[in-house]
Amino acid sequence: MVLIYDKEKCTGCMLCPKVCNFGAITKDGNKVRFDFDKCVLCGSCQEVCPVNAIKIERKAVDKDKIAQYKDVWVVCETAEGRVRSVAYELVTKARVLADNLREKVVAVLIGSDTSSYAESLIQQGADKVLVVDDKAFADYTTDAYTIAVTSLIAPRKPAIVLFGATGNGRDLAPRVAARLGLGLTADCTGLEIDDKRQLVQIRPAFGGNIMAEILCPYTRPQMSTVRPNVFKPRERDVSRKGTIEKVEVKINPVQIRTRVVNRVKELAEGMKPIDTADVIVCSGRGIKDPANLTLPTELAKLLDAAVGGSRPVVDAGWLPPSQQVGQSGRTVCPKLYFALGISGAIQHRIGMSSSDVIVAVNKDPEAPIFEIADFGIVGDLFEVVPAVIEELKNLQSER
Amino acid sequence: MDTSGCTFMKVIVPVKQVPEVAEVRINPETGTLIREGVPSILNPFDEYAVEAAIQLKEKLGGEVTVVTMGPPQAKEVLLKALAMGADKAILLTDRAFAGADTWATARTLSEQIKKMEYDLVICGKQAIDGDTAQVGPEIAELLGIPQVCYVRHLEVEEDGKFVVVHRGTDEGYEVVRVKLPALLTATKGLNEPRLPNIMGIMKAKKKPLEEVTVTTLGISPDSIGLKGSPTTVRKVFAPERRKGGIKIEGTDPKAAAKKLVEFLASKGAI
Ligand SMILES: Cc1cc2nc3c(=O)[nH]c(=O)nc-3n(C[C@H](O)[C@H](O)[C@H](O)COP(=O)(O)OP(=O)(O)OC[C@H]3O[C@@H](n4cnc5c(N)ncnc54)[C@H](O)[C@@H]3O)c2cc1C
Ligand SMILES: Nc1ncnc2c1ncn2[C@@H]1O[C@H](COP(=O)(O)O)[C@@H](O)[C@H]1O
Repeated sequence: MVLIYDKEKCTGCMLCPKVCNFGAITKDGNKVRFDFDKCVLCGSCQEVCPVNAIKIERKAVDKDKIAQYKDVWVVCETAEGRVRSVAYELVTKARVLADNLREKVVAVLIGSDTSSYAESLIQQGADKVLVVDDKAFADYTTDAYTIAVTSLIAPRKPAIVLFGATGNGRDLAPRVAARLGLGLTADCTGLEIDDKRQLVQIRPAFGGNIMAEILCPYTRPQMSTVRPNVFKPRERDVSRKGTIEKVEVKINPVQIRTRVVNRVKELAEGMKPIDTADVIVCSGRGIKDPANLTLPTELAKLLDAAVGGSRPVVDAGWLPPSQQVGQSGRTVCPKLYFALGISGAIQHRIGMSSSDVIVAVNKDPEAPIFEIADFGIVGDLFEVVPAVIEELKNLQSER
Repeated sequence: MDTSGCTFMKVIVPVKQVPEVAEVRINPETGTLIREGVPSILNPFDEYAVEAAIQLKEKLGGEVTVVTMGPPQAKEVLLKALAMGADKAILLTDRAFAGADTWATARTLSEQIKKMEYDLVICGKQAIDGDTAQVGPEIAELLGIPQVCYVRHLEVEEDGKFVVVHRGTDEGYEVVRVKLPALLTATKGLNEPRLPNIMGIMKAKKKPLEEVTVTTLGISPDSIGLKGSPTTVRKVFAPERRKGGIKIEGTDPKAAAKKLVEFLASKGAI
């Protein structure tokens, strides 16, 4: 792709610098100048130019070749013998995309002793489930899973492949993409089909300060990792019918180059991971002492919530690193987020500002967390939180 | 250097210059990215990678090379890494590299790395501008070596042929053993990156810094940069800004708690 600017034709109307999202066009005398380090050839300038002085020559899309690729696939992650909830969320979304394209939803279920879940994926909306069930896939390894996924994709030619943007999903998808020479969009929060039947992948960038729409115009399949908890799984339809196909994928032990020697759980008994929780109770420096974490933990128990921490709380070793919310920790988007004694620094907000409902408790009325909280209480968390716990208990006993 | 009794480790660290993302905004009137006045930094996750590489060198003997692909000013992050203690730097800079997505970035970097000797490649977990975490695994695949992502702890076995790492997972971590050469991505917890001191900064300027262009890399311009990128950005826009809602001040905790619980119930959040 190249951009050709015809200086002769240009009338200097200065429309194009106004529409350039990337600051790539600047005024240059009574003409303009393009900064190709910034230009992404998005075509906005070409569209507005009244005299056709800007032309973008795009690679010809091989329509026939692209038309061979059909169906929306979801690579369903399993962990500890179960299908992760993000898989159901993605099958639900895949159904919408596939209906739009009038194509099928295919769920890929790789694991060991997990075939019994195939039915549930059909009930969730899949037309077909490809089941790879073998001891070689009992635990996630990059090598084995990459071989399995690429060997399924390559001959069957799906149009779209979705992965959950979990730790393993984001380890696997780029490996598969690189092996097949494909584009991959990370951590999408929105997916749509446009009028050219292309997948529009919407994702945050620059720590959520901007959103971007990304396309994959020339190659198939179009692949994305999709953030958990963004799409809600719809109710399962137990009467739905679909086909289940068992596929054998041969793995030779020498192909697996990493060996998991040990697995260590850091979460205390009953503590939930923050990525997948519907409710998170997150504490900041305002909690003051690790012994005080019993308070948010009690609140969390009542709400079946995960316990999280801001960076200082994790840095101090009061909670394991897996529980840190924010730029250098994890991005979360639960239905309900409690920020207790957290100031709301931008690096923290980046990790949680897309939560459905945010509640903040902070002594300082000026704390930036209040700028984004749906419900803020200015007060001492050691007084407010016990009161909230009490109210919740009352409510629960009434129900 | 006397390396007898040591395992000489050659480590390559791909590093990226990123804007301080907290300050990148969209101009609400024009809908354009505001980058002016936004400072550039060494990607924080890459600092862990550089530090890890330097620590290996200090412990076992070896050599650390930092590589970046970017505009000429990306040299700054190479100088920072050299000041921390890296030995050599490579700046891949050429107009033709610009506009690369993760695939084209990984292609370019892996072409460079293929020309070098290495035991380990250590990337950052992700670059904080795009937050993709894809370039590391893509480089590993293109080099044909194994990868372990989200590394929080790193040890080299005595013979220098294997590393044992802790890989962060949702529930805790896995202890993973992998044969070298391998690619790791570094995350928080791996170490505390050092700050360059004055001596380091002075020495950095004298360390070898090689510039590489498309021609010297010997790669087809069609497979790199914007042209070689399978994905394209169609549009950027400002996310809906979240606004604060109810804020209760000066109420006694009991009353405030009551209001909160009513609010949550009305929202269906509890
Ligand atoms: C590169 C980089 C990455 C970072 N990544 C992250 C990240 O991933 N996650 C993250 O969280 N931070 C991150 N940070 C740090 C971030 O900038 C802030 O320093 C941090 O979020 C502050 O944590 P805090 O709100 O818990 O503490 P503070 O800012 O100290 O806030 C404590 C708050 O508690 C309130 N408080 C105190 N006592 C009480 C009480 N009794 N009752 C009620 N309120 C009380 C205070 O009013 C104050 O607002 C990062 C920083 C950098 C530079
Ligand atoms: N342009 C680049 N030059 C050198 N290294 C890079 C570049 N882009 C990404 N990387 C490396 O890949 C890691 C992951 O980046 P990303 O996939 O963009 O999130 C970074 O932490 C760097 O180690």
